[in-house]
Amino acid sequence: MTTVAAPSAGTALDRVDGPEKVTGRARYAYENVPADLAYAVVVQATVSRGEVRAVDADSVLQLPGMIATIWHENAPRLAPVEDAELTVLQSPRVAYRGQVVAVVVAETLESATEAARLLRVDYRPEPHDVELRPDHPGMYRPDHVNPNYATDSELGDPDTALAFASVVVDATYTTPAQHHNPIEPHATVALWDADGLTLYDATQSTSGVRATIAPLFALPPESVRVISPYVGGGFGGKGAPHAQVVLAALAAKQVGRPVKLAATRRQMFAVTGYRTPTVQRVRLGADEDGKLSAIVHEAFEQTATIKEFAEQTTVVTRMMYAAPHRRTSHRLVRLDVPVPTWMRAPGETPGMFALESAMDELAVACGIDPVELRVRNEPTIDPERGLPFSSRNLVACLRGGAERFGWAGRDPEPGVRRRGRQLIGTGVASSTYPVYRMPSQASARAEPGGGFTVRIAAADIGTGARTVLTQIAADALRVPPAQVRMEVGDSALPRASVAGGSSGTASWGTAVLRACEGLMDALHRRAGDVPPGGLEASADTAEELRSQRPLSRHAYGAQFAEVGVDLDTGEVRVLRLLGAFAAGRIINPKTARSQLIGGMTMGLSMALLEESVMDLEFGDYLNRDLAQYHVAACADVRDVDAFWIEEEDPDLNPMGSKGIGEIGIVGTAAAIANAVYHATGIRVRDLPIRLDRLIGGGI
Amino acid sequence: MNGEGNSGPVFADPITADILLSVNGDERPITVDTRETLLDTLREHLDLIGAKKGCDHGQCGACTVLVDGRRVKSCLTLTVTVDDREITTVEGLAVDGALHPMQAAFVERDAFQCGYCTPGQLCSAVAMVREVADGWPSAVTADVSGPAALDDDEIRERMSGNLCRCGAYVNIVAAIKQVGS
Repeated sequence: MTTVAAPSAGTALDRVDGPEKVTGRARYAYENVPADLAYAVVVQATVSRGEVRAVDADSVLQLPGMIATIWHENAPRLAPVEDAELTVLQSPRVAYRGQVVAVVVAETLESATEAARLLRVDYRPEPHDVELRPDHPGMYRPDHVNPNYATDSELGDPDTALAFASVVVDATYTTPAQHHNPIEPHATVALWDADGLTLYDATQSTSGVRATIAPLFALPPESVRVISPYVGGGFGGKGAPHAQVVLAALAAKQVGRPVKLAATRRQMFAVTGYRTPTVQRVRLGADEDGKLSAIVHEAFEQTATIKEFAEQTTVVTRMMYAAPHRRTSHRLVRLDVPVPTWMRAPGETPGMFALESAMDELAVACGIDPVELRVRNEPTIDPERGLPFSSRNLVACLRGGAERFGWAGRDPEPGVRRRGRQLIGTGVASSTYPVYRMPSQASARAEPGGGFTVRIAAADIGTGARTVLTQIAADALRVPPAQVRMEVGDSALPRASVAGGSSGTASWGTAVLRACEGLMDALHRRAGDVPPGGLEASADTAEELRSQRPLSRHAYGAQFAEVGVDLDTGEVRVLRLLGAFAAGRIINPKTARSQLIGGMTMGLSMALLEESVMDLEFGDYLNRDLAQYHVAACADVRDVDAFWIEEEDPDLNPMGSKGIGEIGIVGTAAAIANAVYHATGIRVRDLPIRLDRLIGGGI
Repeated sequence: MNGEGNSGPVFADPITADILLSVNGDERPITVDTRETLLDTLREHLDLIGAKKGCDHGQCGACTVLVDGRRVKSCLTLTVTVDDREITTVEGLAVDGALHPMQAAFVERDAFQCGYCTPGQLCSAVAMVREVADGWPSAVTADVSGPAALDDDEIRERMSGNLCRCGAYVNIVAAIKQVGS
């Protein structure tokens, strides 16, 4: 049974769920069909603040095939919980335009869609406030920022240091609201029976949905089962449950039948979260050699009136570069807007656009190569926490990336390279992402007929988690991966942390490894004999994680971009994008490369295309579909590649891995904006880099 | 058809039609609501879940299927309009359990992550390679009088109706090129 196999970790194993996905057999949430199913469609508020006065529920009930209209006056009562995004249809209050005010349930999707369209809702509207301004009188200091960082930080005397610095950069950058837009819309199929509630849900955390939804319906967690083997992308948007899960469960309860409900693409712009817009002021003070004396990074962001989400935009600046005098802060304003949430590298993504753009401005101001500037400001220990780094190979990424990209000999003069009707430029930016690890449980089982089954309520949202966990288990069990059956995506499996914070491999991998080790010990004690009922071992990593010593743990990278800017139209094309990363041990080079270039591709999209435009008059996001909210298409993405340097770090986890799901998007937009500056001489400080910002800038 | 002659759209029973759908070589007699899209018929009534709903507006391409060998967006196609046509979904690409070369290349090249846009990408890719072979030009074809080449620019242009939010485009292009060349 315990044959010795060559290690699988480090090999480019094809995705174990690849055949399921390319044949269409993989079943996503909305594709589950319990018997007697009914269809639910939501109705959204058409005012941005106010109260629902009445819902003409009776009229639409006369439509053929209608089963129910559910709104706040007839909805089942939910137990009060802190998260007001989830206590749906419990009050007449409308907190933002697009909030769900009713659900209609019908025999067919067509009938439910028609009824939702016809349902008359009467409102008492109130004036709204949806404009993020840094000088908004409602700006406040949140208690902490996501997930639990200090709101502000200060070291030394940054104001005096800035006053005496030889070179100062003082610039304000803005990033727009951005929507995740996974290609699978958020969807839930809800089914009540004698055992409780079953939810087929599109989620990054079956354990998390169970823990969150159970108290809303006054159920013990074991009475809720969440099943989610395949998830069509999440990017943070499916990290925590949103209204649609509760609405599906509530509707199914009301009508006494299983109900399926999906947000439409257009509805997703209001009800499934987004990245807050930010206004960021960065001040850098340095000597003539580019050595930083002061770093000040202040962020202004929005949140909803019903729930606070404080994106940790400037936290990354606390660790990135050395400087004796430093300050970071976050201020929020509560607006009549939808609830923002985690979106791929919350904090680092907008924050590093600003910081890395400012570093480029400093390099220009000092006349120093931007790679060299970053190397000169490399800290020896974490500048604010005062802790050693477990490993930090930013310099190796900058140097290695520069070499492979062909950076040497770059003429810093902006606006002087032409190829046909294009201006050509190159830019660089650093990337980074913290190393998180969360407690998880797993079980490993030797099957009497041979082979192993490993179980954990992890989520594979496209990351390749199912594949790398298979590899980790195979190596621990000393068998080829084909002998391991990996089960994920079900809250009935051993409890696991969310697919978020790039923590999956570290968190789940540790649990899987420990369970497999336990099973190997048990098998060893039995001299390899598997009893007729099989043999199982389980693990819980809570204790192991508590004993981890304090260090500053982060992955690093450097991204290099080459752009061509059309002289006549201002159109920017990214000709080349290369990422160099130091992210610990890479367990599967094939899926890892996909993760990294996937993040970089989303970063390219953010740099050039993505922008949710707030309609100040009507108070909602205007461009609510994929024809108006542009994401990068195939023709936008030419030469994107990533590589990594070997990094041994014994202070991470048993696999020696750092997370790679998010670092790819961090810094990309700055590298591209810096390349646009090099191409054109125009510094675009407001994303996305639209044509008008270059034409208007005097290209 | 039933429902004809009912006045007033609000309380009328849905108008239905009895049609014979030919999907992946199987004849499927079915009664459909005339408002029903091919995408919803496949997914909600035939349990052919390969075609995906990403936007329902013809903007993302996840619902792409083949109708008489040509790629169409099934979310913009009313089912009643295809009762005499041959429909192929991603479930119909593999023959006798063996992956279609395009499916195998997508696995080998890791041309997907979450897998949700993948069936649409695959159907689109299979039809697109045929379009090039048939000499159909695209917006980036330099010389529209001669045969088009299946180079990276052509693939990227012709595949831009299929969005992939995971950002697998580089690998999608590599997979298609591998199959097409």
